[in-house]
Amino acid sequence: MVIKEDQTEKIKEIALVGNPNTGKTTIFNALTGLRHNTANYPGVTVEKRTGRMQLPGGEDVWVLDLPGAYSLLPRSLDEEVVHDVLLGIRGDTPPPDLVLVILDASNLERNLYLATQVLETGIPAILVLNMWDMARQNGVEVDLEKLTWLTGASCVATVGMEHEGIEKLRQVIALTLMAPVAGETKSLLGTCLPGALKTELDKIAVLIEDRLKDRSQAVFGEALRLLSDRLFRSPFFKEINLGDFLRVEVLSVRSSLKQSGIDWTSIEPECRYAAIDRLCAETVRRAPQKVLTISERLDRVLTHRVWGLGAFIVIMGIIFQSIFSWAQVPMDLISRLIEKLGGLAQTWLPAGPLQSLVVDGIIAGVGNVIVFLPQIFLLFFFIALFEDTGYMARAVFVLDKLMKKVGLNGKAFLPLLSSFACTVPGVLATRTIEDRNDRLATILVAPLMSCSARLPIYTLLIAAFIPKVHVFHILHLQGLTLLGLYLLSIGAGLGVAALFCKTFLKGNRMPFVFELPPYRIPHLKTVLGTMWDRAKEFITRAGSIIFLLSIVLWFLVSYPKDPGATAKFSAERQIATKTSSGEVLRERLGAIEHEQKDLQLRSSFAGSLGKAIEPAIRPLGFNWEIGIGIVASFAARELLISTLAIVHHVETGGKGMTVGLIEALQKQRSAETGRPVYTLLVALSLMVFYVLACQCFSTFAIVKRETGSWGWMFFMIFYMTALAWGSSFIVYQGGRFFGFE
Amino acid sequence: MPEIRSTRLDQLTAGEHGVVLGYEGDEDLHFRLKELGLVRGTEVFVKRFAPLGDPMEIVLRGYSLSIRKQDAAKILVSSPRG
Repeated sequence: MVIKEDQTEKIKEIALVGNPNTGKTTIFNALTGLRHNTANYPGVTVEKRTGRMQLPGGEDVWVLDLPGAYSLLPRSLDEEVVHDVLLGIRGDTPPPDLVLVILDASNLERNLYLATQVLETGIPAILVLNMWDMARQNGVEVDLEKLTWLTGASCVATVGMEHEGIEKLRQVIALTLMAPVAGETKSLLGTCLPGALKTELDKIAVLIEDRLKDRSQAVFGEALRLLSDRLFRSPFFKEINLGDFLRVEVLSVRSSLKQSGIDWTSIEPECRYAAIDRLCAETVRRAPQKVLTISERLDRVLTHRVWGLGAFIVIMGIIFQSIFSWAQVPMDLISRLIEKLGGLAQTWLPAGPLQSLVVDGIIAGVGNVIVFLPQIFLLFFFIALFEDTGYMARAVFVLDKLMKKVGLNGKAFLPLLSSFACTVPGVLATRTIEDRNDRLATILVAPLMSCSARLPIYTLLIAAFIPKVHVFHILHLQGLTLLGLYLLSIGAGLGVAALFCKTFLKGNRMPFVFELPPYRIPHLKTVLGTMWDRAKEFITRAGSIIFLLSIVLWFLVSYPKDPGATAKFSAERQIATKTSSGEVLRERLGAIEHEQKDLQLRSSFAGSLGKAIEPAIRPLGFNWEIGIGIVASFAARELLISTLAIVHHVETGGKGMTVGLIEALQKQRSAETGRPVYTLLVALSLMVFYVLACQCFSTFAIVKRETGSWGWMFFMIFYMTALAWGSSFIVYQGGRFFGFE
Repeated sequence: MPEIRSTRLDQLTAGEHGVVLGYEGDEDLHFRLKELGLVRGTEVFVKRFAPLGDPMEIVLRGYSLSIRKQDAAKILVSSPRG
């Protein structure tokens, strides 16, 4: 809302556009410093970064960092936002007063494609030739004066990371804002299009003129792009009173061009590159390269047939090691702090519903969120580091063939890897996948990747039921089981992806291409900034849901209260205090406490839910106690453990809990048959269930938001529940069929 | 005018050059490749193939692009082997 207010005070608006990998964000950071915030464009999952900057004259302006784009003919949500904002047809974002086009100075030709499109819209623009140092190193010389003269836009050379040229840029921005040169930009394209085409384009242009009142110069370029828009993706085709007329007109123009022998299908890229070639011939000089660049030397190893794969495996190993091992230290520390805090609250607050809400609801809820932060921070740090150095593109290059086999593309790898830590950042990371079907398939299988919240369940059940024996003398059976669970998770994910991609997500795929940018030395500030932005999003998105659910769950396990039972237990306590003392009394009081907790849980809403779902989970070998645990898992999966601890009268909290619980589970016998309740088979069935089931409200919420549809969210819940139930059924009933208990 | 021998981009081996002559198949799918600079007359250089043999890295207009062989197979280029 702040933005709107300032608009009325006429604070000017500057937008940054450019191809991906041009250092756009470093320029944005250099201009705005730390004064920026990140949000989403309403209705779409495209990041909107805005910041404030002070001009040399003291005037404040808004800076908007638009997503990376290759062309004004949109092919992805990101590009659609760029197109709509620049043309001023997005209701939520005012059209900018000035555009900074960021170009990679060593790669001008392709960068000029978008740049010249932007210049032709008539918005006052400055060309920022970034990574100027790299260009010089690569022997590229650009004549800025001549470029300014030929394009009609001011050109500034910068090195974003070193803040070189930023002061100059500020001055040029101030000057251009004072005297915008709109109307004088030269259309490069206009000079090389066939005359017959221009007359035909006017027929399309008249239809959209009205929609582009503030950008009258942009009409011609838009008409040209509508002509090439074979699949009618442009937002203009979707407008109610315009779309149909426009479609008819475009089709008639296409056929009349065909009759006059003009090939319209790729006229814009061919003519524009012809114009760019001429422009570059006059302004760019390239010295031939003799020495191998460092980047090329690195690539010879990192994409090598043998070393490339080896390096990839080592790097992924380090990430896994850091997430699952190094992160444990701070995670344990946080758990202990939370426990201490709970203990303190217990002594400060009087016993009763308020104490219970604060300790078991609020503090436990906050704990459930922040205990994941070390993993999330580490994960985002590595991702940001790989993006900043350029290794990410190599990882995609190395892996694409494998991912293609299941119908995904190499860019699905990172989201799936992230999902091993937590599904929420995994789903957020799918935004880099342009193809809609590929992205959807990746989102739908991401929750199958075994996230770290499942790990405590595996560890407990394995410790309790898998014998500590060695297989073939060296392999640990317990370790093998854990490995098996992870392989099951990966196998299920890839299998389901292949199934989806070959059935309803089959579509006309765009060619899968991506740039392999030169390696760069990472810029720590940028890496940490990106990490922080994303962690913040995790905390606000997932954190708030986990926190709220923890409180809902606290309510479900604590209510309804039975006043009769409370009275009965306090009477028992009184008797115990009178009749015994010392160690005996303490034991007796502990037993009463356990009994009360157990009874409370059994008669609570959660207990009723657990009982209600029992008929459905009986065939899987689960009793209603596990049922309660499954219900509780929706807030946080590890709650299965504390639920089982409560119903089996084990001291909750602390290290003693796991050991006590393992013993309790092994000893538990059925009241009717006298046989063990938790057998190896039940444990296996339960582990398979936890690998495949989608028991996470944060995942539901993030999938709903990122797919923009309730339908896909319910589909995901449905297929995963069916898969988990079916697989556990096969394990349990199959096991019984072969004579296992 | 001597006839130019043509081949497909995915048929080039690492280290070979070619010039884009045209495309085959659905035009719409190629539009982005053209916007990225792979228009007729553009010189491309095959730098390497990924460790598993696909995709391939090509250099054009001073930058590197990864492209799958199945997509490169739709691009006709002049044959470097005459």
